Amino acid sequence: MTEKKSMSINQRTAVILAVIIVIGIVGAVWYFNQPATGKTRLIVSTTTSFYETGFLQTLKKSFETKYPQYNVSFISQGTGLALATAARGDADLVLVHAPSSEKIFLTNGTGVNRKIVAYNYFLLIGPASDPAGIKGLSIMDALKKIVAQGEAGNALWVSRGDKSGTNTKEIALFKLAGFDTVKLAAEKNPSGNPWYLSAGAGMTATLQLADQKDAYTLTDIASFLNNQANGNIHLVEYVGPGKDMLNVYSVIVISPSWKNYRGTFTAAMDFERYLLTADGQNLFGNFGVQGQTVFKPWIPLKTANTDTTTITWIQNYAYINGTDCPTKFRVQADDLYK
Amino acid sequence: MSWQPIIDGAVQGARLILTGDSQVIQITVRSLETAAAATGLAALVGMPIGVALGLGSFRGRGFLKTLFSALVGVPTVTLGLFLFVLFSRSGPIGYMQLLYTVPGIALGEAVLVTPLVISFVASAVEAKDMGVRDLARTLGASEYESSLAVLREAWNGVSLALVSSFNRAFAELGIAMMIGGNIEGLTRVLTTTISLQTNMGELGLAFALSYILLIVVLSLNFLIAWLGRER
Repeated sequence: MTEKKSMSINQRTAVILAVIIVIGIVGAVWYFNQPATGKTRLIVSTTTSFYETGFLQTLKKSFETKYPQYNVSFISQGTGLALATAARGDADLVLVHAPSSEKIFLTNGTGVNRKIVAYNYFLLIGPASDPAGIKGLSIMDALKKIVAQGEAGNALWVSRGDKSGTNTKEIALFKLAGFDTVKLAAEKNPSGNPWYLSAGAGMTATLQLADQKDAYTLTDIASFLNNQANGNIHLVEYVGPGKDMLNVYSVIVISPSWKNYRGTFTAAMDFERYLLTADGQNLFGNFGVQGQTVFKPWIPLKTANTDTTTITWIQNYAYINGTDCPTKFRVQADDLYK
Repeated sequence: MSWQPIIDGAVQGARLILTGDSQVIQITVRSLETAAAATGLAALVGMPIGVALGLGSFRGRGFLKTLFSALVGVPTVTLGLFLFVLFSRSGPIGYMQLLYTVPGIALGEAVLVTPLVISFVASAVEAKDMGVRDLARTLGASEYESSLAVLREAWNGVSLALVSSFNRAFAELGIAMMIGGNIEGLTRVLTTTISLQTNMGELGLAFALSYILLIVVLSLNFLIAWLGRER
């Protein structure tokens, strides 16, 4: 008798669960068999700083309005992984900000038609109390002082530590100042603790760590503004825009001769060209974070040719052999490099 | 001040629910669908294996039981990485175009929870009196029918396995992120949105969505328990 009772209870649960499972399976099968909408899917792998600002939504909407035959998906992964993903054929083009890595991406045959699209500056930020006393110093002097004060136990530094574009820049800046970040990370201050902290995390997490620890760090301007505005951090800017603080964004398309090429060259080039048109460049220039524009379009700057200082800085930092993209890495795109 | 995002989140969460925010509905439905599909697939594969494992008496049975139990603890980031390479366009099943799609997430989550189903079902079935199966056989049932009889008797454990799998899949972040890519309008689910909002520093909104996630999972579990209650 008890058996019968427990059977009917269990039967009801069974029915509910079965319904859920069936809905799930049917849903899955339906998804699989969705009739092709006829749109070409374009996958762009890009940097987390674009992703976290919300800029990509704006970009997607505008591009798809102009080119309704495309459905763009942005994958944000941090520059190192973004390039690796594209190399595996899982993305059709990349939008990143690490010229040294981009050069390798071109020379090993993965990417072609690299074009600079926008730029802004990294910022050196830190606690308002300025324990290392770097106020008013240049970036090189500031870094040297931070290292000295860090080793003395008076200051801390937080690094992204994740091979992102920001991390790459940080390593390059320390190198320029005469330091090897790998060695810095292994150092201990007089209390026996490391003063160079490697977060291995995204920008917001890194900023919050720096904030909590009263440490200095390198950041992109958009993340800084966002996190300041919503009260997550109370760090202040110490070194701002300047030649050494340049952050340059470029677009690179997967080469049609690459082993994992997926046949999307035309679509990818449509996207690249769009970024270079007045509409595309305006998207960068008009995008605001907390009331401030955070990206500066490259093409208008270059065309106007009035701010030769900045132009020269960018060319020295992000050009390869005197151009966005050496001739041998161009495919059907010579018009872009006139 | 530090409570701010937690409280702020409750207010935002209430607003999102009351206004029936379409984006939130979309990601919630997507979370439900992928979890349900994952549980369904895991059930299809896991229940037979679980029963066979629970009832069987072959060599290596103990090893397999321990193996599946251990697989329940596989870090999702590792599994996600493995599947990422597998589903990649340059991977062995890349032609199926599973990466950055909802079916891909469902399949990935199914792989994640199948060991759970197998483990739970095996234990539940094993705990039941073996006599049930023998009794069914003497009454003329086939191998298949008598296994079904055992399943019915062990139903409490089996339903626990399925509900737990659903909950696990619903709350999954790592796999949804790596396989799905958190693409807006396509593969974004509750957990990945919470993660994104957190990374963007929008802690209030992250909390709001977390409350919604908890409400959904609690409601579902209570509903199932209530429907299957003692009369």
